[in-house]
Amino acid sequence: MSQENSVGRAVVYVKLKDGVLDPQGSTIKRALEDMGYQGIKDIHFGKMFEITFQKDVKSKPEDLIDEICRKLLTNPVIEKYNFEILK
Amino acid sequence: MKFGVVVFPGSNCDYDAYMVAKSVVRQEVEFLWHQDTSLHNCDCIILPGGFSYGDYLRTGAIARFSPIMKKVIEFAKDGGMVAGICNGFQILLESGLLPGAMLRNTSLRFICKFVQLKVENKDTPFTNMCNQGQVLRIPIAHTDGNYFIPEEGLKQLLENDQIVFRYCDERGNITPAANPNGSLDNIAGICNRAKTILGMMPHPERASEIILGSEDGKYVFRSIVNFFNPGR
Repeated sequence: MSQENSVGRAVVYVKLKDGVLDPQGSTIKRALEDMGYQGIKDIHFGKMFEITFQKDVKSKPEDLIDEICRKLLTNPVIEKYNFEILK
Repeated sequence: MKFGVVVFPGSNCDYDAYMVAKSVVRQEVEFLWHQDTSLHNCDCIILPGGFSYGDYLRTGAIARFSPIMKKVIEFAKDGGMVAGICNGFQILLESGLLPGAMLRNTSLRFICKFVQLKVENKDTPFTNMCNQGQVLRIPIAHTDGNYFIPEEGLKQLLENDQIVFRYCDERGNITPAANPNGSLDNIAGICNRAKTILGMMPHPERASEIILGSEDGKYVFRSIVNFFNPGR
């Protein structure tokens, strides 16, 4: 197996849970309205992480990324996440 | 008794806390480096204000995994006394020692000013020198101090008298206008159920000498000392 094949990539998206006040999102929405954009219903501020990792034959990449999300990348009290493993 | 003040990269209220412990309430005090793995027999650990690890990711999120925090968490879970001020409060939330989380201030601004706090529970090791309902004048200095907790958690805080300080006006009224950052229920400081862990956004260490504009912060430090050495 070549070096290239043993490297995996994932993208993680983090946003505030529904119902959690998002002062940044609402301020951006107001700014868009001030700029004249009428049709914006809602806007949520979030974070994105690009992760490159060494593939491990013994475990699934989904489990690794999920664990990282839970342990460090998000605060489960206020944030939720989803991720994609890139092919 | 002996205070321990943890120093993270980016802490900037560590010397203030150290000086109040040493020169104002005249106790033993030691700095604890974030890479340390011993609490050096300190009786009360202070997690100071500042911007630990540059506030990267989320405030307190990286500091919570530093070597010293492993010991602080063990110590706290064993009933040891820990006080987190501002960034220290954020670290306590991230580490799960206190419930809830911090959101950005509703104004999205860094707010640095004196505010009024109402002592909502004087029966804690951190407030035993206060009167119930006393109004303290202590400054805040933060961008992420908008305390949030889900409804069920808030119910538990109320049921167990865990809300220690609320933002209020000069007369002690808890009003939306007196809330500087959007915190749920005007919450400025909370403790755990056992009342051994305190988290507060305002800075008592910046207001413990009259030359700094207020010495109301001294109540917190004197309460801690009084808890260990009653009547002194």
